[in-house]
Amino acid sequence: MLDVRDLHAFYGKSHILHGVTLRVDEGEIVSLLGRNGVGRSTTIRAIMGDVRAEGSVRFRGEEICGLPPYAIARKGLGYVPENRDIFPTLTVRQNLLLGMKHARRPGRWTIDDMFRLFPNLGQRADKPGGVLSGGEQQMLTICRTLMGDPHLIMIDEPTEGLAPLLVQQVAGLLTTIAERGVSILLVEQKLTIALTISRRLYVMGHGRVVFEGAPGDLQGNDGVRKEWLEV
Amino acid sequence: MLELALFSLLNGLVFGMLLFMLSSGLTLIFGMMGVLNFAHASFYMLGAYFAYTLGASVDFWPALLLAPLLVGGLGALVERFGLRRVHRFGHVAELIFTFGVAILVEEVVQLVWGRPAKSYEAPAVLDFALFRLADNAFPAYKGFMLLVAVGIFLFLFGVFTRTRAGLIIQASLTHPGMVAMLGHNVPRVFMVVFGVGSALAGLAGVIAGPVLGTFPGMAQVLGSIVFVVVVIGGLGSLTGAFIASLAIGVIQTSAVALDLSLGTTAASLGLPVDGGGALQDLWRVTIAQVAPMLPYLLLVLVLIVRPTGLFGTRET
Repeated sequence: MLDVRDLHAFYGKSHILHGVTLRVDEGEIVSLLGRNGVGRSTTIRAIMGDVRAEGSVRFRGEEICGLPPYAIARKGLGYVPENRDIFPTLTVRQNLLLGMKHARRPGRWTIDDMFRLFPNLGQRADKPGGVLSGGEQQMLTICRTLMGDPHLIMIDEPTEGLAPLLVQQVAGLLTTIAERGVSILLVEQKLTIALTISRRLYVMGHGRVVFEGAPGDLQGNDGVRKEWLEV
Repeated sequence: MLELALFSLLNGLVFGMLLFMLSSGLTLIFGMMGVLNFAHASFYMLGAYFAYTLGASVDFWPALLLAPLLVGGLGALVERFGLRRVHRFGHVAELIFTFGVAILVEEVVQLVWGRPAKSYEAPAVLDFALFRLADNAFPAYKGFMLLVAVGIFLFLFGVFTRTRAGLIIQASLTHPGMVAMLGHNVPRVFMVVFGVGSALAGLAGVIAGPVLGTFPGMAQVLGSIVFVVVVIGGLGSLTGAFIASLAIGVIQTSAVALDLSLGTTAASLGLPVDGGGALQDLWRVTIAQVAPMLPYLLLVLVLIVRPTGLFGTRET
């Protein structure tokens, strides 16, 4: 479904990604791991068109590298940013409404679905997004992107700063999403949920992919873990 | 004395609402796109001139509708084919570009319509006194101006807060990148906001032309006051623009009506006044003469005390 080959990305003159190659197939949860600064967030932002990039990014058979972000989103690629980017003056309900690409054509997910999955969000439906707690904002931002009915959703560090109970909730949500047919590319620093829910994973280092395999392969490979993951 | 105060207040409100029509577009454009649009007052001027020209062939009322639409369309074109291309070169480049547009419009207006002021008149049907107090009449046309401004605002407020398009614009004010990544055509939203802001400025020109004068310098006269309003209110804040517009409108209008000077005030309080001496001019200066300076004094004061403006979130 998503086929990235030899992706290079630049912030101005800084050459951040040096030929990243990865793929996500239909129905998969794939994790992108690595230390801070190796280029995981940059990779998904480059795929989304938010960062100047060169190389090939094919989504559902179409080349999307070079398109503006809104055009890429309309092709069915969803993005959940690391800092959540909740619209603070708009209510929870309004945030979710803006996730929808067409006001009249609902996709796989309705607002009621979201409130059923997260009664907390339902209770705060008419409160401004800015007053929600960190965990609630994380749920809201994932749900908001889901409202756009993406085929593949790229999520940047959803468990950062969350209490263990909320981390489990996020893991549960991601598994539910995948069961309903949405593929996931998950950027994570914590190995915890990445290892439990992913089918495959990539490890990045210095702007490149340095390891590819299944969670079991990584768990058995101390060398890779020490060199590229542990502090 | 009471009628003076009441009339000053009413005239101040009319002027204030006019300022709001201009400053609301400017502050929204800055809030969303980070562009200080020097050409904003030029669209105000074009509104007046278009209405004047259209008024020769059609009536005032169709011109009231057509002129702002023409100006808005022009604004959208300026954004789409000018500003959008300049955007990648940074904010300074955008500023210089809008400055260039402002100069261009002023010269073109002089080329097409000439330098002398135009006798753009209010429609005869509104040429009566709405009410009288003592010897002073409040013209119906000013009442009409107030009505149009308030009507436009209620409409825009409704659209802004209750429609999906309004929500998209609100979200684009704080997180345009995220709005794009949710699939909305943010560049087109910018173009629409720029166009509507310009149309509002044009509408202000259409209704203010008969009262404030239709001449090639009209953009410059109002241009700096509108910037002062936007900065005092806070860049990007509509509430701030509203309050600052009304405040400056009332202050400016009331000050012009007050023919008081330090000298006469002191004399009426029974303090000794030195007729000669080095500072004699200072004693004789009236508030009315100082009135044009007042908005700028207020601006300096606000910037010292609160650099983001009353309701703004960005440092000016």
